Amino acid sequence: MNETRHRVTLKVNGVVREATVPGRRLLSDCLRHDLGLTGTHVGCEHGVCGACTVLLDGEPVRSCLMFAVTADGHEITTVEGLARGDGEPSPVQRAFSECHALQCGFCTPGFLCAVTAFLRDNPAPSEEEALEAVSGNLCRCTGYQNILKAVHRAAEIQASEIQAAEIQAEEGGA
Amino acid sequence: MTTRLFGEPVQRREDARLVTGGGRYLDDLGAGALAAAFVRSPHAHARILDIDVSAALDVEGLVAIYTWEDLPGALAEPLPLLIPHPALTHGRTAYPLAKEIVRHVGEPVVMVVAPDRYLAEDACALIRVDYEILKPVVGIEEAAGGAHLVHEDVPGNVGAHLVQEVPGHGGVPAREAVDAAPHRLEFRLDIERSACTPLEGKGVYARWDADDGSLRIYSSTQTSTSVRMAIAAKLGLPLPKVEVVAPDVGGGFGVKIVHPWPEEILVPWAARLLNREVKWTEDRREHFVSSSHERGQVQRVRAGFDDDGRVLGLEVEILHDHGAYTPYGIIVPIITSTQLLGPYKVGAYRVEFSSLYTNTVQVTPYRGAGRPQGVFCMERTMDKIAAYLGKDRTEVRAANFIQPGEFPYDQGLMFQDGRPLIYDSGDYPEALRMLKELIGWDSFAEDKARAAAEGRRIGIGVGCYVEGTGVGPYEGGHVQITSDGRVHVSTGLTSQGQGHETVFAQIAATELGVPIEKVSVVTGDTRRFGYAVGTFASRAAVMSGNAIALACRKVREKALRIAAEALEADPRDLEITDGTVHVAGVPSASIPLATVAVLSNPLRYAFDEEARRATQFAGAGSDDRPPVAEGEEPGLEGRDYYSPVRSTFAAGMHAAIVETDPDTAEIRILRYAVVHDCGKLINPMIVEGQIHGGVAQGVGGALYEKMAYDEHGQLLNASFMDFLMPYATEVPHIETAHLETPSPLNPLGIKGAGEAGVIPVSAVIASAVEDAEGIAIDRMPISPSDLHHLRLER
Repeated sequence: MNETRHRVTLKVNGVVREATVPGRRLLSDCLRHDLGLTGTHVGCEHGVCGACTVLLDGEPVRSCLMFAVTADGHEITTVEGLARGDGEPSPVQRAFSECHALQCGFCTPGFLCAVTAFLRDNPAPSEEEALEAVSGNLCRCTGYQNILKAVHRAAEIQASEIQAAEIQAEEGGA
Repeated sequence: MTTRLFGEPVQRREDARLVTGGGRYLDDLGAGALAAAFVRSPHAHARILDIDVSAALDVEGLVAIYTWEDLPGALAEPLPLLIPHPALTHGRTAYPLAKEIVRHVGEPVVMVVAPDRYLAEDACALIRVDYEILKPVVGIEEAAGGAHLVHEDVPGNVGAHLVQEVPGHGGVPAREAVDAAPHRLEFRLDIERSACTPLEGKGVYARWDADDGSLRIYSSTQTSTSVRMAIAAKLGLPLPKVEVVAPDVGGGFGVKIVHPWPEEILVPWAARLLNREVKWTEDRREHFVSSSHERGQVQRVRAGFDDDGRVLGLEVEILHDHGAYTPYGIIVPIITSTQLLGPYKVGAYRVEFSSLYTNTVQVTPYRGAGRPQGVFCMERTMDKIAAYLGKDRTEVRAANFIQPGEFPYDQGLMFQDGRPLIYDSGDYPEALRMLKELIGWDSFAEDKARAAAEGRRIGIGVGCYVEGTGVGPYEGGHVQITSDGRVHVSTGLTSQGQGHETVFAQIAATELGVPIEKVSVVTGDTRRFGYAVGTFASRAAVMSGNAIALACRKVREKALRIAAEALEADPRDLEITDGTVHVAGVPSASIPLATVAVLSNPLRYAFDEEARRATQFAGAGSDDRPPVAEGEEPGLEGRDYYSPVRSTFAAGMHAAIVETDPDTAEIRILRYAVVHDCGKLINPMIVEGQIHGGVAQGVGGALYEKMAYDEHGQLLNASFMDFLMPYATEVPHIETAHLETPSPLNPLGIKGAGEAGVIPVSAVIASAVEDAEGIAIDRMPISPSDLHHLRLER
C-alpha cells in the first residue's frame, strides 16, 4: 500500500526548496514537517482559524487548505521570512510586540502574514478596513483589541520608514 | 532603587521569538518521531463487542496497534481522580483506552503508532470496532431523572451532592429567612456549555533513552511537575528518571491543567516499549470531543429581601452537568456555590448542588471555573430585585455591598482550597462609582430615550464579581546569579501566554537591583524546578511571583553579606544598583554582583579569569575559617517557597451598552467598560491584555458559544465552522480602569488577574439585553433566534 510520491519545488522565503511528498500532503504539513519551517501553525485544519496563513505569490492563503503539490513552482512567504535580510523584524512584527498584540503566540504567524499583505495593498487603512483585514483569523487570547492597534501602529512604522528612505534617497541624490 | 521595574508596562520578552516563527510549540518538536493517532468512539454510550485490526495491518510502515488489553499494570487501571472530596461519593474516571464500555463520543478505544499522522489515521480508519449501542443520557434534566444510567453503579447519575449553609443572625436558616422576608422571588436560570478551545490543542512527545533508562516528555500542559509524577507512577519509573517540559504552549484556559490525559501516559509508554520517539498532536475535532467542556448548569433560586433590596435570605439549588467522568473532582460546582455571593453580604445563604453524569465530554475548569455561572445567578438576582422594587440596579447592589471597613470579611463557607472563604481586601463602593462614571450610568436614561425616538433599542447592564485567586498550596522559585553577572530564575509552574518570562523578570530585576536584560526566566521545566502545583485559578503571579521575590531576597541578603566582607562595610549600608553592590552614597566603594558570585563559590580550579579570583591561592578567604562557612552553601543562589494561608480575593465590575435590532433580533455591544482590582499591578500592559482576552471569551459565552449535543449524544458543532468563537468583528472595544487595593496576605500585595475578564460577561450582557428589551433573560447564551422567540412569547 505504498503511496505515489511527487517531487515539488517551492521558493520559500526566497530560497528554492524541494520535497518529495504524497499527493495528499497539505502545504502546511510540508512546510512544517518536510521543510522544518515550524513557524506556520495549524489550529483547525479546516480553514477557519487562519493560524496557518502564508503568502503564496504574495497573497494570503490558508496552507491547511492547499496540497503541497498544488503549490509546486510557486513562491511562498512564511512567518520566518517576514523579517528583513539583516534579521531586523518587519514593521508588522515590531508593531505586534510593541502593542502587546500576542499572548500565547500560536495564532500570531497567521495574523502577521495576513496583515503584512494587507498593509502592502492598503498602507493607510481606516478602522473599518483594519477590522475587516483581521476578521478572518481567530485568536483566543487577546480579544483582538491590541491586534487592531498593532495594525495601525505597523502602518505608522511602515510610513515613517518609507519617508525616512525617501529623505535618505533625496540627500543621497543631492 | 534605579532598576524598579515592578509596575511598569515592560515589553514582553517572549515576543521576539514568537513573532519570528521561533516559538517551540509541541508539534514543532520531534521531527521524525513516530506519530500516534486514536480510534475514538462514535457512540455516546456503547459496549465494545469486538475490535478487529486485521485490515489495518497492511498500512505502510505500521508500527503498533494497542487496545486496553495490551496495557500493563497501573496503565490498565482507571485514570486518577485528581481532587477527591468527601461529597464526591461516586467519582468515576476513564481508562486510558476504553475497557468494555464507552461513555461519550470521542472516548479513545484504540491507539495506533505509524511513521506519520497520515498513515496512523489510515490505520485508524481500517480498524473495525463492533458496538452494542446503549441508551445515552444527554442533558442535565435527563440525567437528574435517572431513568437511564451513565455508570451502572452510580444511582440516579449523581456523582456528588453537597449542601453548604450559612445561617443568618440568631442562627436563622436560609429557608426561614427567605420565607420571613418582606419580599420574595423564585426563578430558574440556565447556562449552556462552552469550552476553552485554545488555538493549540493538546499534545505529547516522548523520548526514551534506553541506555540511561530515562524518559523525557514534552507536553502542552499547565502542570509539568504533576504530569511527571503521574507518568512515573503509571509507568513504574523512578521519579528522577522522568523529566517533563512544557514548551511554548498555545493557550490553555484550564483544559490543560487536567492530567494525565490518556495520551500523556500512552505516548511515553509506547515510546519506551518501542524504544522510538513518539508524538501525538491533538486535532481540532479531537479537542472538541475528547478533552473537556465547562459551564452547563441549571439553577433554581429563591431570594427574600427588604424594601431597600437587601438580600435577607438566598437559597440556590444547582444541577451541574459534569459529563461522563470526574477526574478533576467537583471543583467547578464548589466554586460556583461559594463565589456566587460576590461582593455582597447575604443575610442567610443555603446552596445545594448535585453534580450529575451525562454521556458527554467531561467537565473540568474553563477560565472562570464555575464563577461565570455563580455570578450570573447572583447578578440576575440583583436585577430582578431592582425590577421588583422599581429601583436602580446599581442602588440595589450598593445596598448589599461589603463595606471597605469590614475586611477581612468571612463569608462563612469553605472555598475550593478547603480553606475558609475570607475576603482579604477590596473597595466595592469605589469600584462601582468608577464604573458608573466610566460607562455614564447616570445619564444613560437620556441616551436610551433619544435612541428610542430614532426607533432604536439600547440597554445598559452591570455585573459585579469577586474572584478568589492565588490558591495554594504553594509555588517555589529558584534564583541563581552566575559569575558572568547573569540572573537565572526558574519556577515550576507553566506558561500559556501570560507573559511570565516578563513579569517574573520584572520582579527579580526589581528585588535584586539588576538590569532586566541580565535576567532570564524558565517555567514549566522539571529539570530546573521539580516542585510546583501548576498554572490555574489566576495563581501564577501571586504564587510564583511571591516565591521568586522571596528567593531573590535570600540571594540579595547573601550577596550583601559577601560584598560587605569584601568592601569591609556593614551590609546594612549596602545597596544594589544596576547589578553592582555599593555603599549607599559612596559609589566608588562597590563590587559587581558577578564578582560577588565568584567569591560565593570558593574554587580549586580556574577555568576563566573571573574564576581565578576565587581559587585557593588568590587570597580571597580568611585562614581561620573554612572556605564555606557553617550554614552557608557555595554559589550565589537561593530557593524559596510561597505558601499562603488562604486565597486572595480580586474583584471587578463590568458594564455594557447593547443595541438589539427590532427586526432581526441581532445583539450588538456598543460599549463595554471594566473596572478591575487585582491589587498591585506588576505589568499593567499584561493585565489589560488578560482582561481583553477574558472579556472576549465572555462575549463568546454570552452570545455565541454552546455545545450542541443531540439526543444521541452527538456533538453537532465540533468544528470552528460551527462552534462560533468570536472573531475581531464580534468583540467590542473594551474600556478599562484600575483600582488597586493591595492584598495584605502576600509580600508583593498582588492578586490574580488571569480569569477576571470572563467572569461577569454573561451576567452583564443579560442585564443589558433585558434593559433594552424589557424581557427577562434567564438563559445564556442568547442568540438572535433565542431573542426572537422570547419576543414572540412575550
